[in-house]
Amino acid sequence: MSEPLLQIEDLAVRFRTDEGAVRAVDGVSLSVERGEVVAVVGESGSGKSVTGMTLMGLTRGPNAEISGSARLDGRELLTMSNRELRAVRGNDIAMVFQDPMSSLNPVYRVGDQIVEQIRTHQQLSRQQAMARAVELMERVGVPRAAERLRSYPHEFSGGMRQRVMIAMALSCSPKLLIADEPTTALDVTIQAQILEELRQLRSETNAGIILVTHDLAVVADIADRVVVMYSGRVVEQGTLDELFYDPQHPYTWGLLGSITRVDSDRSARLPAIDGMPPSLLAPPPGCHFQPRCPHAFERCGEVPELSPRTPDSPGHLDRCWLEVERKRTLRLVDGQIGLAAPVRA
Amino acid sequence: MSESGLPEQGPGALLAVDHLRVLFPVKAGLIIDRTVSRVHAVDDVSLSIGTGETLGVVGESGCGKTTLIRALVRLIKATSGQIHFRDLDITAASRRQLLPVRREMQMVFQDPQASLNPRKRIRQILATPLALRGLPRAEIEAESRRLLDRVGLRPEHLGRFPHEFSGGQRQRIGIARALAMQPKLILLDEPVSALDVSIQAQVINLLDDLKEDLGLSYLFVAHDLSVVRHVSDRIAVMYLGKVMELSPAAELYTKPMHPYTQALLDAIPIPDPAENRKRVRTVVTGEVPSPIDPPDGCRFASRCRHASDICRTVEPPLTRYANGHLAACHHPQNVSAAELAAAVRSPLSPTSAGEQLPTLAA
Repeated sequence: MSEPLLQIEDLAVRFRTDEGAVRAVDGVSLSVERGEVVAVVGESGSGKSVTGMTLMGLTRGPNAEISGSARLDGRELLTMSNRELRAVRGNDIAMVFQDPMSSLNPVYRVGDQIVEQIRTHQQLSRQQAMARAVELMERVGVPRAAERLRSYPHEFSGGMRQRVMIAMALSCSPKLLIADEPTTALDVTIQAQILEELRQLRSETNAGIILVTHDLAVVADIADRVVVMYSGRVVEQGTLDELFYDPQHPYTWGLLGSITRVDSDRSARLPAIDGMPPSLLAPPPGCHFQPRCPHAFERCGEVPELSPRTPDSPGHLDRCWLEVERKRTLRLVDGQIGLAAPVRA
Repeated sequence: MSESGLPEQGPGALLAVDHLRVLFPVKAGLIIDRTVSRVHAVDDVSLSIGTGETLGVVGESGCGKTTLIRALVRLIKATSGQIHFRDLDITAASRRQLLPVRREMQMVFQDPQASLNPRKRIRQILATPLALRGLPRAEIEAESRRLLDRVGLRPEHLGRFPHEFSGGQRQRIGIARALAMQPKLILLDEPVSALDVSIQAQVINLLDDLKEDLGLSYLFVAHDLSVVRHVSDRIAVMYLGKVMELSPAAELYTKPMHPYTQALLDAIPIPDPAENRKRVRTVVTGEVPSPIDPPDGCRFASRCRHASDICRTVEPPLTRYANGHLAACHHPQNVSAAELAAAVRSPLSPTSAGEQLPTLAA
């Protein structure tokens, strides 16, 4: 088996703060193949964005400690010099951020911003780069592209700005695209259009895509594999179907159970996960989900390894001490996957 | 309600809105501000909320749902139309006349961070409305504790500042503050959209419990159709300042009549991979037109697959079908010939709408 496009092993990111070290990412391993969409799912503070940003070298700084390994096509990203990284960033890896308003420079024309990126990485004249920018804008569905290049970001709607961001990300045909909540700030009809763009991009360029999101419905729509993060750790990962139909970690059950669905009637109550995620300054010992988990027992005081626990699917990993067969009955709440309400002391 | 004479807005209505318009002037000019045009934020909207009912209002950004809610609590002045609260016309009521109404009609905002004063402790945040309610000072502390308990927070939280809470907890405080006035109707403006999914579920459950225990009515404004489905009895779909469809909650999803509603539903991914693969979806192209110069005729016509000549020239009336299902469309979907024959023009229709009732698309 050849090496995957991206291989992250045991990535840890710690930030020093006045109150102590924040373990934002705590031993994350995952891989992305060419042409694959890997969704990284989790709530705010789960470390999903920090993982993406670390790959781009955006978390480097005097107060950050980064360890582990992240190889893109066999090249180590974490130890690369800033100079080497600049050649990779925007060229081999590109990123689309959540808020298209604050990620475009408001005082430069949109076209100039795309051209700048193209000319940083490719030996093209201004005219050639401009032509390429028009091509890219048309490619992501911006009407009257040549004219719109002369506009400033504030003249674009949210959906159009996100298209500009995607056009910019595509400008150097990246091998890996990191999309950090690319549709969260957008309306549903526009979200559907942007997801369609990502889908096309994947099939046309065979790029690998990391989709960071908290929206499981978006995941079900576009991802091939899913990585669930909680409190800095990966708690479960598997194919889309493994994760939705045979979820192994109680946190995943809770996530799946607590979403409202447009295709089903109102049920009496949503099986919500009680409590809140732990502080990253002083996470609980053992499994980080243990304080909120109704099925926790003594062994949960030890940290479970991320390993395959289902006999029939070796690629499906999770971090939970419970036995597989027991989990398959525990996770059913009123006949549906969900997390039973914890017993309050 | 007698003077409105609208059969869809029976006398049981707690809040009734008749032909409400909110237009914002767009000013230009060097020395004198001239009104050059107007933004049609809410353009002839009529709806009502019954006692104990939850009316969901959905739509994309810019459809006027937030303006609507703000006009209802009189944070924005209506350009024309009437708002009745319990048969009392509050459209032009003075501050003094509004006081008793405001007590019964409270609001919960989208961003709990921005809607709580960062320099006040929770004790003060809750004491203000309680004192306004006329509660003796000695009872305020006990009542504040009771309110916090009601929304699932602990009494020791009274001494804390808003920044010491998570988003979900802050939203609970916002809800406690609204409850402090013992309202009958709570207007919720995207109350869960800023929260994480698992926290969203907690807040939705809380709202459900409160409604049941206290007999509240809600106007629930959101852009997320799946959340709205979960909480609402009836749902109004808005687009560019107009109501496109108004339907009993479940029926909107099984039998969407307006192509815009269909487009919204199609756009929403379902959190189930197999269902998603099975689904045939049409992605609606284009973007919402400008509300400054909204199109003649149907406002959705420029993006609609079914649009014909009449859609571009004549504004469709809100037509009433079985089950009190209303849709403003010349070519409604999922409607049988018999249902179409029995349909009548609803008095909730905008005054500018045409008279002609819909026909099936050719």
